[in-house]
Amino acid sequence: MHEIHYEAPTSLEQAVGILAKHGDSARPICGGTDLLIQMRAGVRRPHYVVDVKHIAALTGIAFDPKSGLRLGAAAPCIEIFENATLRRHYPGLVEAAHLIGSLQIQSRASVGGNLCNGSPAADTTPALIALGAVARLVGPKGERQVKVEEFVVSPGRTVIQPGELLVELLIPPPPPHSADAYIRFIPRNEMDIAVVGIGAAITLEGDRCTAARIGMGAVAPTPLFAAKASQALVGKKFDAVAIENAAQLAIEQASPIDDMRGTAEFRRHLVGVLTRRTLERAAERARRN
Amino acid sequence: MAKRTLVETVINNEPVELLCEPRQSLLEVLRDELHMTGTKEGCLTGDCGACTILVDGRPVCSCLMLGVEAQGHKLETIEGLATGAELHPLQRKFLEHASLQCGICTPGFLMSAKALLDKIPRPTEAEVRYHLAGNLCRCTGYDKIVRAVLDAARESG
Ligand SMILES: Cc1cc2nc3c(=O)[nH]c(=O)nc-3n(C[C@@H](O)[C@@H](O)[C@H](O)COP(=O)(O)OP(=O)(O)OC[C@H]3O[C@@H](n4cnc5c(N)ncnc54)[C@H](O)[C@@H]3O)c2cc1C
Ligand code: FES
Ligand code: FES
Repeated sequence: MHEIHYEAPTSLEQAVGILAKHGDSARPICGGTDLLIQMRAGVRRPHYVVDVKHIAALTGIAFDPKSGLRLGAAAPCIEIFENATLRRHYPGLVEAAHLIGSLQIQSRASVGGNLCNGSPAADTTPALIALGAVARLVGPKGERQVKVEEFVVSPGRTVIQPGELLVELLIPPPPPHSADAYIRFIPRNEMDIAVVGIGAAITLEGDRCTAARIGMGAVAPTPLFAAKASQALVGKKFDAVAIENAAQLAIEQASPIDDMRGTAEFRRHLVGVLTRRTLERAAERARRN
Repeated sequence: MAKRTLVETVINNEPVELLCEPRQSLLEVLRDELHMTGTKEGCLTGDCGACTILVDGRPVCSCLMLGVEAQGHKLETIEGLATGAELHPLQRKFLEHASLQCGICTPGFLMSAKALLDKIPRPTEAEVRYHLAGNLCRCTGYDKIVRAVLDAARESG
């Protein structure tokens, strides 16, 4: 690996100061499970590596029933799935975090890094989109908030500007009778990248769906919010016909490619199957809430 | 050569101060600076688990951590598993069950298994397989490794 300078600021102000000063030649590091591999391969060559794990706002996980979840960008996946409150309120996000790599990877990898890396196949991103998560960024010009579905602009590129830092993800509290779920397809049981991943969050009042959001991964150059499929469910009876209709609308929105993991045709098929299954899993959970 | 950075850490319960370059992985620091060569290098991409050590009790791939990131953390490596000449029960059971052939994967498996037994003293077979999913072995076919871990748990639990 090339020579680097390492900085470990303990405050947001310091971190933004260092990032702003060095612009494109600086990069934050959370778990390093993407960044260090990319640096070793020479794909990214930052001169300054800024370790953001010593900043409280980036490592905290705080849930409040009224305001929801503040998930620090650098909190490792293991702290998400070992957190009983999150397992209770955001089981879909937890299952996505628990799918990333092995336990060794989950001890380091963060949801913030998963999003900032900008992969269309990042597992936690569709789960965040389903939950209506918002990314809070801080930079030299101040602070701004970006919806997660607008965060990734092309494979490997995000809205983050030089000097900016993703501080945390803001996730609304789950409404009564709601729940989320995430399911991906991979050709084996562990340790692979999603061929397709679908996240869903729904609210049921009796047999009626009153809110729904579906997020899709690995079906387009960026993770997507399946707006039409989600809206089609709202206000309707939640039954097999409604689920099938949503699945068809999700397939229409997907624009997958052929690659070594699967053909575009297979991916479209998977979007249908996984949209149905994820909605059913979320609904089963919602009925218990 | 780049400026070397002072890192204060605890390795196998001993306070250790070391100097390393910021670009060096923790794996390189262990092997090349501290000459603790028990931790192995396989893929350098987080896939094989040969470089597994414990950081604050959690299994991590030391190839995916910078040495400087060890500052202030507690590390456990394969060198700390035995007590003097007395092998750890996991090590003994790996020998009894013939759970290794070439041995390159073994330190990583032992550290992952230790993390598991520290957390779940009497794991099920499914739990053992799940916790070892980040470690690859090209020789044994895994079954003997799983049996050794279950046996070690039975004996100490
Ligand atoms: C063996 C292996 C298996 C994997 N399996 C999966 C899988 O199944 N599913 C999956 O989705 N992913 C998988 N991954 C990738 C996954 O580990 C990463 O995407 C991880 O979530 C990234 O988080 P991190 O904390 O390690 O990020 P880092 O590597 O530290 O950072 C990732 C990128 O984001 C930038 N960045 C980090 N933090 C910030 C911030 N706060 N603000 C701005 N920019 C920031 C960094 O500069 C870097 O470019 C796997 C990786 C490995 C090595
Ligand atoms: S060498 Fe670190 S996981 Fe393979
Ligand atoms: S014993 Fe040879 S790789 Fe496991």
